[in-house]
Amino acid sequence: MALTGVLRPGHAQLRVLNLEEGVHHYRDVLGMVETGRDEQGRVYLKCWDERDHNSLVLREADQAGIDFVGFKVLDKATLDKLEGDLRAYGLATERIPAGELLATGERVRFRLPSGHDIELYAEKRAVGNGLQVLNPAPWTKASENGIAPVRLDHCLLYGPNIAEVQKIFCDVLGFYLVERVLTPDGAGNVAIWLSCSHKVHDIAFVEHPEPGKLHHLSFLLESWEEVLRAADIMAMNNVTVDIGPTRHGVTRGCTIYAWDPSGNRFETFMGGYQPYPDYEPTTWTFDGLGAGGGLDYPQRKLHESFLSVVT
Amino acid sequence: MGVNVHIEDTGERYDCVPGESLLKAMLRLGRRGIPSGCHGGGCGVCKVEITRGAVTTGAMSRAHVSADEEARGCLLACKAYPLSDVSLRVLGRMHKNVCRPAAKA
Ligand code: FES
Ligand SMILES: [Fe+2]
Repeated sequence: MALTGVLRPGHAQLRVLNLEEGVHHYRDVLGMVETGRDEQGRVYLKCWDERDHNSLVLREADQAGIDFVGFKVLDKATLDKLEGDLRAYGLATERIPAGELLATGERVRFRLPSGHDIELYAEKRAVGNGLQVLNPAPWTKASENGIAPVRLDHCLLYGPNIAEVQKIFCDVLGFYLVERVLTPDGAGNVAIWLSCSHKVHDIAFVEHPEPGKLHHLSFLLESWEEVLRAADIMAMNNVTVDIGPTRHGVTRGCTIYAWDPSGNRFETFMGGYQPYPDYEPTTWTFDGLGAGGGLDYPQRKLHESFLSVVT
Repeated sequence: MGVNVHIEDTGERYDCVPGESLLKAMLRLGRRGIPSGCHGGGCGVCKVEITRGAVTTGAMSRAHVSADEEARGCLLACKAYPLSDVSLRVLGRMHKNVCRPAAKA
């Protein structure tokens, strides 16, 4: 099997200013499935076609933003090995006991030099996607509720030291660089898209002075028509839209950026292409991000909110 | 019936209808540079200080408005709903953008 090591982004915990408004947004408008609530009051959701118990955890707090992103790894031996590798690289790691997140095994947490907490875990209870594993139907009632993305796809995080972050993901965790945007002087990167799979990104970063910021959490749709339908559903529910529906030049993904009721940006996304680790990374100049259509290919401009509005 | 909002920094006035946030109504001025961010009280780009009049507020991120500031009437305009005519001053990023030279308007 070719896909080993880190498999995919498996969960993210978001801070929301009002829990029930957040639940309404992610469950009823985005159309995720609520799978549990814990004694801390956190609410757990998954996309309909995801098989593990949860991919999004909502925590009520007095500040918006992201608490952590977790990646599922192949098995417990992989978890132990990657923890050793992170320590050998010089990062401090912490073990969070199984069950601290519902239906989730032990997690290894570490902090990136960008200020973000990242977790690795090997176990999360499979609850299935509502279809039989044997001779399944192609879709289910839950796939028709709200925007109904199929999975948590990736996130874009903002913080300092992304050159160092890239090294950790690529040299220790086995990711590879898919695309990047150069600094205005061309000497470094202002943005990087990293993959641990066949996806155009499993996580991405933009260089930003404040640590630990969230730009967006992205959810995958299967067609452009579904992206347009998502736009209709957002409008019907007074969701504030940032950009789109449009296409990113970077990754070629078709997209809408919009905000949840606490101001956390989320994306409904489809498309892109299927990169391999041996591909030469696609490079955008800083001007290419705006006037070159990297951010918004048809509009060819750097929307002001892209570099300035984060939580 | 709406209320009238006065931006002290620029002398501009605009109307705000019940249930509408100070920010959403301000955007109808059609001016470039009014920072329209998340409209959810999370990102902090729309900070103002209420100098006269009364507002109710929704949840705002403490990363951008401390309890002290809130008590002094420093708020996020996207989560402030006027109850009477209001005067306000624009702060932070809001100030930089709203008070840009008129040529940019
Ligand atoms: S627009 Fe984001 S806090 Fe007001
Ligand atoms: Fe994205």
